[in-house]
Amino acid sequence: MVARLLATLVWLVISVLVLSSGSALAADPIRVAVLGPMGFLQGEHHWRGAQIARDEINDAGGVDLGGERRPIELIQIETNEMLSVSDATTAAERAITRNRADFLVGGFRSEAVLAMQDVAMDYQKIFLGVGAAHGELGERVQEDYDTYKYWFRVSPTKSADLGRQLFAVLASVAEQIRTELGRDDVKVALLAERAVWADPLVQAAEHNLPNMGMEVVGTWRPSAVATDVTAELSAINRAGADIIFTMLSGPVGIVVGRQSGEMELAAVPFGINVEAQKAGFWQATDGKANYLATLDTYSPVEVTEYTIPFVESFIERFGEPPAYTAATYDAIRVLAQSIEATGTLDADTLVDYMEETTFRGTAGNLKFDERHDPTWGPGFVTGLAVQWQDGEKVAFWPNGWQGVSYEGMRPFRFPTAMRED
Amino acid sequence: MLQDIFFTGLINSGIYALLALGFSLIFGVARIVNISHTAFYMVAAYMVYVLGHMLGLPFWLAILVAVLAVTALGVLAYKLVIEPIREHDTAVLIGTIALAAIFQELMIIFFGGHYLSIPALVSGYTEVAGVRITNQRLLTLAIVGVTLIGIWLLLTRSRLGLAIRVTAGDREVANLMGMNVGGIAMWTMGISVGLAAIAGVMVAPLFVVDPLMWLDPLIIVLAIVVLGGLGSLKGSVIGALIIGYVETMTVFLVPAGSFLKAAVALSIMVLVLAIRPEGLFGVAFEEER
Repeated sequence: MVARLLATLVWLVISVLVLSSGSALAADPIRVAVLGPMGFLQGEHHWRGAQIARDEINDAGGVDLGGERRPIELIQIETNEMLSVSDATTAAERAITRNRADFLVGGFRSEAVLAMQDVAMDYQKIFLGVGAAHGELGERVQEDYDTYKYWFRVSPTKSADLGRQLFAVLASVAEQIRTELGRDDVKVALLAERAVWADPLVQAAEHNLPNMGMEVVGTWRPSAVATDVTAELSAINRAGADIIFTMLSGPVGIVVGRQSGEMELAAVPFGINVEAQKAGFWQATDGKANYLATLDTYSPVEVTEYTIPFVESFIERFGEPPAYTAATYDAIRVLAQSIEATGTLDADTLVDYMEETTFRGTAGNLKFDERHDPTWGPGFVTGLAVQWQDGEKVAFWPNGWQGVSYEGMRPFRFPTAMRED
Repeated sequence: MLQDIFFTGLINSGIYALLALGFSLIFGVARIVNISHTAFYMVAAYMVYVLGHMLGLPFWLAILVAVLAVTALGVLAYKLVIEPIREHDTAVLIGTIALAAIFQELMIIFFGGHYLSIPALVSGYTEVAGVRITNQRLLTLAIVGVTLIGIWLLLTRSRLGLAIRVTAGDREVANLMGMNVGGIAMWTMGISVGLAAIAGVMVAPLFVVDPLMWLDPLIIVLAIVVLGGLGSLKGSVIGALIIGYVETMTVFLVPAGSFLKAAVALSIMVLVLAIRPEGLFGVAFEEER
């Protein structure tokens, strides 16, 4: 009796083991950890972009790995990086060791991503950065290739390229002020938050703008978390600026948008305003930020054949357009394409392939340079400049810049107060 | 530029004064250093967002309900968290830090880290002496003025105010004279949190509502009450004026260093303390008892 019971038990255990291992083999997934501050918009969009990529790939049968179809499995990793960099490193460690992630994508705050990059490199895991712009992330690849070669930045372009794009757009806005408003002497106020990333941009602006035929009327450096900039805006108004050249990544961007609109300044804010890239910006500024403009990544314009379907799919599923951290979509498609092409999950082989290949992404042709940063310029990733017009974020640049134009662009407009001034 | 500094500084000082007065009041009466003071300010701002924006109540009603609800929350927090440990200053300090952290985390759980906005009650701007001041800021200035006058009348013309002043003067003597010192502390906590709530609902349409919005004002409020003299109501108002104007002048006079405005204000505080350790209107420590 006992022997029969034991035999039954052994049979049961073996059945369970065989079944579970069988199902695992049939659908052994490729695990991608999506790292981000999930309570914040940046992390939410990391996750949403990745979800769309996963579903598209899995619905098409999964990733072809040497003849075997393998599904993508996403692991959501809360990094808490907005509040704690050390939490972010712990999260990256956990994603690799406990969740057994094959690849990492995401990250937002440069300080946190620099720390998470080290963790990923220690484990020789490919980490596709989507969110942090700090130049050092790429410089590390150049300086210590063997250690950092597993890092690639999908979005945004590195800060030096952001600067080049900024000046290109600024030149076109200044030209429009000269031709449409008849002002030869274009005055620019620099409004940059006090942050390391903005310092070189401020220096470059102070040096370059006079050479570009613009007068710099002053530089204001509020805190990134300032809740009130009326003093700065009053001073800018007194200085008679036509353009408020913004370099803002923190919530101060909302304050600038709202208060400049409330004060009906005769100047147009343009530059980098990360908060203005978000769909919720119009509500956050109480609809006061009309005509505020910023660099951006996504808009319903046809940058490539993938852009509009992705943006529309995102809006249909989540009810709002994607922020630039939703480029996890591109990151996962880059991984899928590389795995299929090489037929392996081996990190070194994949790195070789990714270095040599130009990927067709939603923001342009993605070709990694020697620092594993996306190449910026015509034919590659150019980025967009967008302007809030009556509650809608519309793209206005590049519109003919170096021969580059995308279907769906609209003209740049000036605030009423500027036309009346 | 002088008129810009005058008006901008006046409005900033007014909001600081509301916050600092409440903080100083509860310290003066009950020797409670309430670190969660500006967290109540944050909760009031969120409450206006929920009631006015999400539930669609008229904003004036949302503001009224928010002030009353947050005042009640303050009294509840006093009864549940502060009163049981009131005799232990360090425990109160840590307890109120925990309270603030709880409020912050609750806001992150319910609203995420999103930056929220509340519409202005009045739109447009008015030019005063060539300075553009939004009508919402003028309204804020008026309400701050009315509130400060109301508090002054309450403290000087009512029995409750008399009891509060007596308790603030000497808690032990007040106790020996048969006054209900615990009850007065509770009432004072209500008034103190009510002032924070008024500041919160007034800045909500001016600034951005987010879970960390309580941190910056806390540092400034601490600077103001230490500068003015811990527990001194007059000192809080004058300290608020000094800090508010120093901040504004920094922005106008050193535009590229406008991020330093808080640091400059704190430096002024340190300088005053080096000369007068009890603050401008505080009681010298050795004379306190």
